[in-house]
Amino acid sequence: MPNKIANKKVICEVLSEHARVDKDVVVLCSDSRGSASLTPFFEEFPKQSVEVGIAEQDLVGIAAGLAACGKKSFAVSPASFLSTRSYEQCKIDCAYSDTNVKLIGISGGVSYGALGMSHHSAQDIAAMSAIPNMRVYLPSDRFQTRKLVEALLQDDKCAYVRVGRNAVEDVYTEDDCPFEMDKATLVRDGSDVLLVACGEMVRPAVDAAELLEKDGVSAAVLDMYCVKPLDREAIVRQARKAKAVVSIEEHAPFGGLGSMVAQVVGEECPRTCVTMSLPDAPVITGTSREVFDYYGLNGEGIARRAKEALGK
Amino acid sequence: MNYKALAYDLRKDTLDIIMAGGGGHIGGDMSEMEILVALYLAGGMNVSPKNMDDPDRDRFILSKGHSVEAYYAVLAKAGFLDLEDVKKRFSKFGSPYIGHPNNKLNGIEMNSGSLGHGLPVSVGMALAGKMDERDYRVYVLLGDGELAEGSNWEAFESGAMYKLDNLCAIIDRNHLQISGNTEDVMAHENLKAKVEAFNWNVIDVEDANDLDQVTAALEQAKACKGKPTFIIANTVKGCGSPIMENKASWHHHLPNAEECEQIKKDLESRKEALENA
Repeated sequence: MPNKIANKKVICEVLSEHARVDKDVVVLCSDSRGSASLTPFFEEFPKQSVEVGIAEQDLVGIAAGLAACGKKSFAVSPASFLSTRSYEQCKIDCAYSDTNVKLIGISGGVSYGALGMSHHSAQDIAAMSAIPNMRVYLPSDRFQTRKLVEALLQDDKCAYVRVGRNAVEDVYTEDDCPFEMDKATLVRDGSDVLLVACGEMVRPAVDAAELLEKDGVSAAVLDMYCVKPLDREAIVRQARKAKAVVSIEEHAPFGGLGSMVAQVVGEECPRTCVTMSLPDAPVITGTSREVFDYYGLNGEGIARRAKEALGK
Repeated sequence: MNYKALAYDLRKDTLDIIMAGGGGHIGGDMSEMEILVALYLAGGMNVSPKNMDDPDRDRFILSKGHSVEAYYAVLAKAGFLDLEDVKKRFSKFGSPYIGHPNNKLNGIEMNSGSLGHGLPVSVGMALAGKMDERDYRVYVLLGDGELAEGSNWEAFESGAMYKLDNLCAIIDRNHLQISGNTEDVMAHENLKAKVEAFNWNVIDVEDANDLDQVTAALEQAKACKGKPTFIIANTVKGCGSPIMENKASWHHHLPNAEECEQIKKDLESRKEALENA
């Protein structure tokens, strides 16, 4: 049975569990508590919930002020607005002032589908990664999301987390979700081609590896949920075993995971690099699935590009 | 201690810092001086180098971060920084004393510099105080040109909505910004009525280069319950010497040797007048 639990819902569960025992956990929303699946949190913890209205600059500024006075702030807002409307607050009030603000970008990438480019966040990885002292995470499924948020609750630095709007197919299971903070997870090993993906693109990368196996191509899949700090060692270790590297991301073609992977491979172990992403254009109208299929960001599309990269 | 006279000594320190660093926002430094003296030295705030780790200390944010030279001078006088070290290294290669507040330095809570950031952050700080039922107060100093930034008006709404009577925003109303008179660049007509309409307690201080008036306004703000306070501190940009007073060109200006000499004389004579008053 397909998973029906969205990653954002898991975030609400984890934050609620911690808020029960830690009154310093506070959640801020910008008229986004419903879309963030945070209504249960706001109902259970009214004194640890802050509504700022549709005002993302205020959202992040207030989150930083709370954090500067000892709170563990989670500012939750659609990724498109959080990452660029309040970009300067993320840069100065969070990263530069070094406050404990976790920026949770919900409905990231093209989650909002037909709502169009205003609601898509295809620039957030590039924007956030360029800020010194900002970390960037794109968990791939609900189990990894839980482990990531639990880890983030243990530190006092700022971070940006992007999750999608809809439930995504599991990559891991409840009992088998290997997780080490800031270390990429090797989902499967392989020796012909390395597939590096983050967020919702990890599952299609696994699908591609399975298709490739049937065609006699051995593909490794690296879940780079930690886009920054990027796990360079894992990339180099796996790339050295392979003839080509394919990166897959739900992001613009510039400044995202693909750019970073190509940078590392180019510096450390040059070989063929292919970057798969959304186009440098407003994406075609459709649901996430329709958009991914159109641009080849699915198992078949990734397998095809991997074979091309191998000259097959 | 004659704090009114001290404010003129601190203007001299500010001038020294600017001359040593080869530049600074002298106009706004001079206009805000009595506000900083009232907060840090004349008892306005409960903060000192001894209680910077105390969660109950009062908080301050210099939202008009470019006027940092006066802030360094006041922080040095309050014991947070070493004035000689500031003078020696301000704006120099590798220095921590940069041209905007740096919270790696003792006494500085938040980095600022880009305008329109301080008020939302101060709302968060005041909110944390309410959540934890602490008694500290939060002060934020804004420039008047800065009020054109829309993020301030988001924070005027949230500050009122959360009834943050532990928050006091002060505007250094010197009527000048880099391009000229604020009312010609982006008018703040009816400022008192505007902010009152946001449900803030607004106190108009006729002459905020008079320390007594600033101190009285801060006390009045403490007495207001149920809403945050906004103090319109009317000041003179470049206050201290006729050479630079009310001149937009002195927003960021490095005096030449002759001007520097004259400013020092003017500051000294005003100080003497206050000492003999």
